[in-house]
Amino acid sequence: MTKSKTKGTAPDTARVSYWVRLKKDLKKNKSAYLMFLPVLLFHLIFCYKPMYGVIIAFKEFVPFKGILGSPWADHFGMKHFIDFFNSVYFRRLIRNTLTISITNLLVTFPAPIILALLLNEVGHRKYKGALQTFTYLPHFISMVVICGMVRMFVDHDGFITQMFSQMGLVNGKLSMLSNKNYFVPIYVISGLWQTIGWNAIIYLSALSSVDQELYEAARIDGANRWQQTIHVTLPSIMMTIIMMLILRIGSIMGVGHEKIILLYNPGIYETADVISTYVYRKGLLEANWSYAAAVGLFNSVINMFLVVTANKITKKVTDMGLW
Amino acid sequence: MKDKSTGYRIFTVFNYIILTAIAVACLYPFYFVIIASISNPEALMRHGGLLLKPLGRLTLDGYRMVFKNKLVLFGFGNTFLILGIGLILNLVLTILGAYVLSRRELMLRKPFTILVIITMYFSGGMIPGYLNVKSLGLLDSVWAIVLPGAVSTSNLIIMRSAFLSVPETLSEAARLDGASHMQILGKVMLPLVKATLAVMILYYAVGHWNAWFNASIYLRTPSKYPLQLVLRNILMENQKSDMMQDIEMARSPQVHQLLKYSLIVISSLPIMCVYPFLQKFFEKGVMIGAIKG
Repeated sequence: MTKSKTKGTAPDTARVSYWVRLKKDLKKNKSAYLMFLPVLLFHLIFCYKPMYGVIIAFKEFVPFKGILGSPWADHFGMKHFIDFFNSVYFRRLIRNTLTISITNLLVTFPAPIILALLLNEVGHRKYKGALQTFTYLPHFISMVVICGMVRMFVDHDGFITQMFSQMGLVNGKLSMLSNKNYFVPIYVISGLWQTIGWNAIIYLSALSSVDQELYEAARIDGANRWQQTIHVTLPSIMMTIIMMLILRIGSIMGVGHEKIILLYNPGIYETADVISTYVYRKGLLEANWSYAAAVGLFNSVINMFLVVTANKITKKVTDMGLW
Repeated sequence: MKDKSTGYRIFTVFNYIILTAIAVACLYPFYFVIIASISNPEALMRHGGLLLKPLGRLTLDGYRMVFKNKLVLFGFGNTFLILGIGLILNLVLTILGAYVLSRRELMLRKPFTILVIITMYFSGGMIPGYLNVKSLGLLDSVWAIVLPGAVSTSNLIIMRSAFLSVPETLSEAARLDGASHMQILGKVMLPLVKATLAVMILYYAVGHWNAWFNASIYLRTPSKYPLQLVLRNILMENQKSDMMQDIEMARSPQVHQLLKYSLIVISSLPIMCVYPFLQKFFEKGVMIGAIKG
């Protein structure tokens, strides 16, 4: 204490004055802090309390004993994680999650870019606007209705099944969703239908801000329209494309549960079940709380790592001054 | 731009054809549902495949069944209730929070901002979230639906950026005139961020309208279900839920199909009619979100 006395004075006074200043600030702006109170309470109760609740992943949670009262799980609390890694589901879930999101990425990522490039060549403004409005429509329809429609169309008497069965491609007596090989294509193609128009917006806006003089210059150099697209248009929107791609890759392990729950059935879990739907069934339907929380935590840690990395890369890319 | 070569002309023709085909592919499923909902159910069953116009004698039986279905009517009512309570909560909290986070003179602005932004990256996840709502005693009430989503952090940040873009001299002047924070917010700031506010209202409203998952895990009483959950239970008939018994089951599978088609039309028609006019606002929202990210 005595030693730090001389050295400690400066920080001490700084600290004191910080609290004094804070007190003054709280008093002076009391109304502002009161305005923030409900928002603060919301974040504490509905965001931070569940974060604390994550510790049930390391416990044997029993609802009537509460989070603190429940005993710790075996293996230093890691029992549920070990169980999950050793279960037959682990590989299947990782495989399905990756298959679905990578296939989805490969199809639904480039499609809006191509659509935007094609729309950009439409000279007739009104027709272009109409095309945009039409392709946006599925985006405005709720997931429940979209999936309800998909299920009806690929049911045994649905028009898509009937069309394909007339071509001899599928069995016209069964729902296509009862065949495990069709789940990923159905998921991805319906996703394409839902997002192609809407996701083109960002590229269209990038295209509209391309400097027209660049085209002028290219034309003077004798470039035709195709060459202009390759050498002027694409490089101009490349940054947007890269940013969107990084963000998409960041969420590659986060296949949402809602659409899959609406589409799948026990007969095709082998290809359709992903981590989030497994957590849903184990936790909310089978009340296997701690195990489900552990699987969920495993998934969110991976997701968080990927998202944070993606954001970092995006920042780096933007900082390079290319944006 | 004015490339008049033959090659480009051919491309233009193909381009129009391809784009029109894409637009038709996006629209056709909805067209199919609409004409199927007024077709003769038996004829529809026999036909299979694509439809270009309604089949057999036109019928409105499907729609009659929809409007006789109590759960659907309750669903509409509950969804409007959730929209009302939810939107008020969303707006009040988001505006207040964003305003405070935009006041540079507040010493706690930084810590509060960090506290809020952390929740964009970390969350308890599905199970702890559910147990939290359960332990608060909110199960089976409308509060379980509106409270956990009362503030969307990304909307809060977007709103804060909008407030930050208002020149500080304006609020400074009001301050000198003796205006309170509430007055500055209401009289100076809000009128200047109307466009962002409109985008936010739309996003929150669409979110409430489309939500079904939380309702499916938090609500037990079918008469409290919002429309989307009622729809799910009727449309996903393969997942036999308790609810199917409550629905006056249509006499035959064909007629039940008709009910489904009509339900899809009834529940989506309002938004299909409205969105072309609100499109600009939504597009703006996409761009605001992108800049923020």
